[in-house]
Amino acid sequence: MNFDHSILTLILLTPLVGAAVLALLPEREDQKLHAMGALIVTLITFLLTLHLPWHYNYSAAPGSFQFEQNLNWIASPAIRYHLGVDGLSMWLIVLTGFLAPIGVLASWNTIQLRSKLFYSLFLLQQVAMLGVFVALDLFLYYGFWEMSLVPMTLLIATFGRTENRRRAAIKFFMYAFIPSAVLLVAMVWLYAKTETFDLPALHAMATSHDIVASPKALLLCSLAFLAAFAVKVPIFPLHGWLQEAVSETPTAAVMVLAGKLGLYSILRFSFGIFPEQSHAVAPLLIALGAIGIAYGSLVALIKTDLKKLAAFSTLAHVSFVVLGIFTFTVAGVDGGVFQILNESLVGAALFVLLGLLYERYGTYEIRDYGGLASRHPWMVTMFVITTLAAVGLPMLNGFVGEFLILSGAMQSAITHHVVWTVVATTGVIFGASYMLWMIQRVFYGSIGHRPGEVRGWDLSAREHLELWPFVALFLIMGVASSLWMKAIDGFGAPVAGYPTTTLSAVNTKEAR
Amino acid sequence: MNTNLLWLIPILPFTGFLINGTLGRKLPRGVIAAVALLFTAVPALIVADLWIYMKSAGAPLALTLTSRPWIAVSGFHVDFAFAVDHLTLIMLAVVTGVGFLIHIYSVGYMAHEEGYWRFFAYLNLFMFFMLVLVLSASFLLLFVGWEGVGLASYLLIGFYFTKDSAANAGKKAFIVNRIGDFGFLLAMFLIVAHFGGLDFTTVFSNAITIPAPITAICLLLVLGAAGKSAQIPLYVWLPDAMEGPTPVSALIHAATMVTAGIYMVARCHVLFNMSPTALTVVACIGAATAFFAATIGLVQHDIKRVLAYSTVSQLGYMFMACGVGAYSAGIFHLMTHAFFKALLFLAAGSVIHALSGEQDMRKMGDLRKRIPITFYTMSAGVFAIAGFPFFSGFFSKDEILYQAFTSGTSVGKFVWAVGVITAFLTSFYMFRLWFKTFFGESHVMEPNLHSHGAAVHASSSSKLALEAEHDSGQASHAHGVHESPLVMTVPLMILALLAVIGGIVGIPTAFGGHNEFEHFLDPVFSTGSEAVTAGSGGTAIILSLVATLAFALGLYVAYTFYVRRPGLSKKLVNANVATKFGYKLLDHKYWVDEIYGRLIVAPLLAVSRVLLNGLVDTGVVQGSVGLLAGGTAGLSSLTRRMQSGNIRSYAGWLALGAAAVIAVVLFGHYPLH
Repeated sequence: MNFDHSILTLILLTPLVGAAVLALLPEREDQKLHAMGALIVTLITFLLTLHLPWHYNYSAAPGSFQFEQNLNWIASPAIRYHLGVDGLSMWLIVLTGFLAPIGVLASWNTIQLRSKLFYSLFLLQQVAMLGVFVALDLFLYYGFWEMSLVPMTLLIATFGRTENRRRAAIKFFMYAFIPSAVLLVAMVWLYAKTETFDLPALHAMATSHDIVASPKALLLCSLAFLAAFAVKVPIFPLHGWLQEAVSETPTAAVMVLAGKLGLYSILRFSFGIFPEQSHAVAPLLIALGAIGIAYGSLVALIKTDLKKLAAFSTLAHVSFVVLGIFTFTVAGVDGGVFQILNESLVGAALFVLLGLLYERYGTYEIRDYGGLASRHPWMVTMFVITTLAAVGLPMLNGFVGEFLILSGAMQSAITHHVVWTVVATTGVIFGASYMLWMIQRVFYGSIGHRPGEVRGWDLSAREHLELWPFVALFLIMGVASSLWMKAIDGFGAPVAGYPTTTLSAVNTKEAR
Repeated sequence: MNTNLLWLIPILPFTGFLINGTLGRKLPRGVIAAVALLFTAVPALIVADLWIYMKSAGAPLALTLTSRPWIAVSGFHVDFAFAVDHLTLIMLAVVTGVGFLIHIYSVGYMAHEEGYWRFFAYLNLFMFFMLVLVLSASFLLLFVGWEGVGLASYLLIGFYFTKDSAANAGKKAFIVNRIGDFGFLLAMFLIVAHFGGLDFTTVFSNAITIPAPITAICLLLVLGAAGKSAQIPLYVWLPDAMEGPTPVSALIHAATMVTAGIYMVARCHVLFNMSPTALTVVACIGAATAFFAATIGLVQHDIKRVLAYSTVSQLGYMFMACGVGAYSAGIFHLMTHAFFKALLFLAAGSVIHALSGEQDMRKMGDLRKRIPITFYTMSAGVFAIAGFPFFSGFFSKDEILYQAFTSGTSVGKFVWAVGVITAFLTSFYMFRLWFKTFFGESHVMEPNLHSHGAAVHASSSSKLALEAEHDSGQASHAHGVHESPLVMTVPLMILALLAVIGGIVGIPTAFGGHNEFEHFLDPVFSTGSEAVTAGSGGTAIILSLVATLAFALGLYVAYTFYVRRPGLSKKLVNANVATKFGYKLLDHKYWVDEIYGRLIVAPLLAVSRVLLNGLVDTGVVQGSVGLLAGGTAGLSSLTRRMQSGNIRSYAGWLALGAAAVIAVVLFGHYPLH
C-alpha cells in the first residue's frame, strides 16, 4: 500500500485523534494512564514521520514538494487543503515527531495533577506544529499557526511553576497574537491582489513578478509577515516574552516553545513570497542576528537562574539561524536550516536535564547547587556532552551549523558583513563561558547547600531513555551531517540563488 | 604499506576511550591500563612502520587519504582527509612515542587514584584528537583536533573536580583557548570566502594567484596559535593548568598539545612567507613570551610552576624560529623539547610522588641520594634544557639562535639577543630548581608524610571518595621518601637517553654534522636555507660559544645563590626598594591575571549586568511593552477597559481592530495599490 499521498494527513490525524481519545478517558486515580496513552500516540506519530526521510526523493528538482495532498476545501475564497514537504520542512517534521515522546517521558513524574488536560493540550500543540510545517495553503497555515498559540498558552497558565504563570502566559499570548492579527490582514490583502492562498502559486508569481502592487505596499506586506514570525522566533529585540515563558513552561512544552515555528515561517513564507523584500531587509536582520548572539550570550553569563540562563542561551542560538538565513549564501541558508534542528535538539536536551535537576532539588537557582558531579556521574556526563554540543565542539552537531552560518556570513555580499561576522563569532567565546561556568557552579567544587539537604539520585532507566537519543543524534549529526544536508541543500541552494546546473554537477560528484 | 592503516592511528585510541569511558567504572585497574596501553602502542607501531616505509621510498613522499564528505553543501565541502608528509611524520612520532611512554608512567603514577578509568579514558581521547590534528589534510579537520585536544585538556585539568582551583583552571584553559579559536575561526571564514575551500593543497597552491587578505588571515591564525601554544597575550591558562595530574602536564601541557600552535604556523608556512608583517609579529610574540615567562620562572617555588613557565618560555623560542622563517629549527626544538620537558615533568612527578604530594621546592632538598634514578634522569633533562653542550637542547636552541642571527629579517638580531638572555635565565632557573630539589639541606618534613598519607588514605575509603582526590599520585602511600617503581622509572630513563642524544639528528655542518633533521623537512618547507648557511661555519661556532657562555653563567649564578652562599639571594632582593619591587613584580607574575580580571572580565560582567540585562532588557525590551500598555491606558477610559487583563476581551479588541484594517484596505481607497 502506498502511503505517500496520505502520510501527511495521517501524521496530523494521529495526535489529533489521540488528544480526543485522551480527553474522553476518565480522570483516574491511576495517573499514568494518560501518560502511557500519550506516549503510545507520540511514538506512533514519530514512526509515521520517519516515513518521510525513508521515501524522500533526494534528487527531485529543487523547489518542488513531495508527499503532496491537494484537495478543494472552500471554493470561494479559494482555500485548499494543500499539504506537502520539501527539504526545509521534512526534518522539522521528523524533529517534532522525535521530541514529543521524550516530552512525555520528561513529564512522567512531574505532571501529577490534571494529567488528562496536560497530555491533551500537549498533543494538540503537536498537531498545530506539524500542521504549520506541512500546510502549503496560506489560510490553512494560518489556522495551524494560531492554533499553536492556544494550547501553549493554556499549558503555561495551568502548569506553570510559580505564581507568575498567568502573567507569563498572557505576555506570551499577547506578544504572539497581536502581530498575528496583522499577519492575517496582510494575508487577506495578498489574496485580494493575487486571488490565491496557494503557496507554490504565490511563489511562482513572486519569482516572475506577477503580483501587481506597488513596491511600497509589497514591502509593508512582507514586513507584516516578518514581524509576526520574528516575535515568535524571537529575534532580538522582540524577545520580551521569552524569559518569563521559559521560566514558567513545563519541560515538555518549553522544548518546543521557541525557534523552529518562526524560523520555518520566515524561510517558507517571507523568503518564498517576498524574495526581493527579504533581500532588502537582510542587512538589518543580519545585524540583529549578530547582536542577538553576542547579547544573548552575555546576558546568559550573568543570569543566576538556570532557566533564565537557558532562555538567553536560546536567544543566542536562534540568532545564529537568523544570521545564517539572511546571508542568502548557500552555506548560510543550509547551515541555518541545519542549525534549527541543532538548536531544538540541544535546547530540548538542556531543558530535560534542567528538569531532572529541578525534580531532585526543587530549585533553579545556580547558587543553591554545587559539587553534584561526584553524586551524579551519569548526569554530569550528559550535561557536559550537551554543553559541548551547545558550544559547538567539532564532531558534534552544533559545530556544523555554526561553522556554515558564520562562514556564510563572511561570504555574503552585504555591507559591513565582516563586522557582523566578527561580532557573531564572539559568541563562541561567550557561549563557552556561560555554559562552562554554569557546569562548574552546579557540578564541581564542594557540595552546595541544597544538595546538602536533599538526597538526589543519579539517572534512572527512564531518564537514560530520554537522554541517550539526544547524545546519539549530537554525534551522528556532527559526523555525518550530509545525511540531513542532502535534503536541506535542495531547499537552501535555490534560496541562495545558487545556479542549479552546477548544483546537480556537485551533487553527482558528492554522491560518488 | 596499506594506507588505510592510517585511519587506525587515531581510531584505535578513540576505541580505547569508548571502552574505558563506558565500561571503565566496572573494570579492574589492570584491564583499564591494558586497554589504554594497547590502544596507544599499536598506533605507535603503525607510525614506526610508516616511518620505515617513507624512509625507504627514497624520493620525498606525501600520502593522502580521503573519505566521504563530512560537511557538504552546494559549492563547498570538507572531507575526512588525512595527509602524511615529513612534518606530519615527525609530529606522529613525537605524539605516539612520548605519548606511549607517558601512558606507561601513568599506570604507576595513578595507581592509587580514584577515577583511574576516567583518567585513562580522557588520556586516550586526547591521543585521538592530537593524532587527528597532525594527520588532517584541511584546516577544518585540523580544527577538529585543535578543539578536541582542548576538550581533553579541560577534562584532565579539572580531573580533581571537587577542588575549586582545578575546576577553575580547566574552565579558564578552555575559555582562553576559545579566544584563540575565535581568531582561528575567522581566519578560516576568510579562507573559505577567498579560496572556496579549506584543503591545505587548495589553499597553499592558490595562495599566490588568488588575491586574499593574507596578512589578516595569518594574524588571525597567530591569535589561534597564541591561545593553544600559550603565548602572550593568551599564555595565562598554562600555569594554572598544572592543577591536572602530573602525567597530563607532561603529555598535554608540555610535549604535545601546546606545540600545536607551532605546528599550525609551520604547516601554513606558505601563507606566512607571503606576509613579512605576520612573521615579524610571530617573532616578536615569541621573543617577548620567551623572556617574560623565563623571568617569572625565576622566582616560583612550586616545582611544576617553574616547569610550566619554562614551557611557555620554550614555546616562545619555537615561535621565534617560525618568525624568522626557520620552521625546521622550530620543529627541531619542538621535538627535543618534547623529550626533555616530558622528562622533567615526569621526573618532577616522581619527586612529588616520593614526597607524597609535596610540590613546594622550599620543602625539598638533598634528595639526590634518596631517589637516585629520579635524580640522574632529571639531571639529564636539566642539562638538556639549559643548553649543556652537545645535549639535545643545545643543538636545537643553537639552531634557532643561529637562524635568527643570520636571517636578515628586520628583527633577527633583536630576537637573537633576547634568545641569548633568555638562555641565561633558563639555565639559572633550571639549576635553581635542580639545586633546591636535590642538593643543600633537606627541608623534607618526614613526620608529615605519614600523617598526610594516612589522612588521605582514611578519607579515600570513605563514601565520598572522590572528594579526597588530589594530585599526589600515590594517595595511600605512607612510607616516607621512596624511589618510584620501575613502571615509572623506565620511561624516565628512555626519555633521559633521548634528552641527551636526541640532538644528533640535527648537528649542524659547523660541528661536522649534516643537519639531517633539516634536510628531512626540506621537502615540506622547501627553503634554500642551506644555501644561506653554507660558508658561515665561523659564525655558527662563535654563536654557539656565546650560548654556551650564557649556560655557564646561569649555572654559576645558581650555584652561588643556592649552594655556595644560600643567603645571598634574599640579601640581594632586600637590598633596596627597586629590587624589592622587582621581586614582587615577578612573584606576582606581573599581575597579569589581576589586570585581565580588572580590565576585561569585570567590565564585561558589569556591562552585561547593568547595561544589557538591566537597561536594555529590563528597561527597553520589557519596559517598552509596559510603557505601551500604560500609554494606551492613559489615553481614555475606553482604552483603559481594553487593559482588563482578560484574554477574551484582548482577543475581541484585536479581532475588531483587525477587521477594521481589513475593511479599510479592501473597501476603502487607501493608497496601498
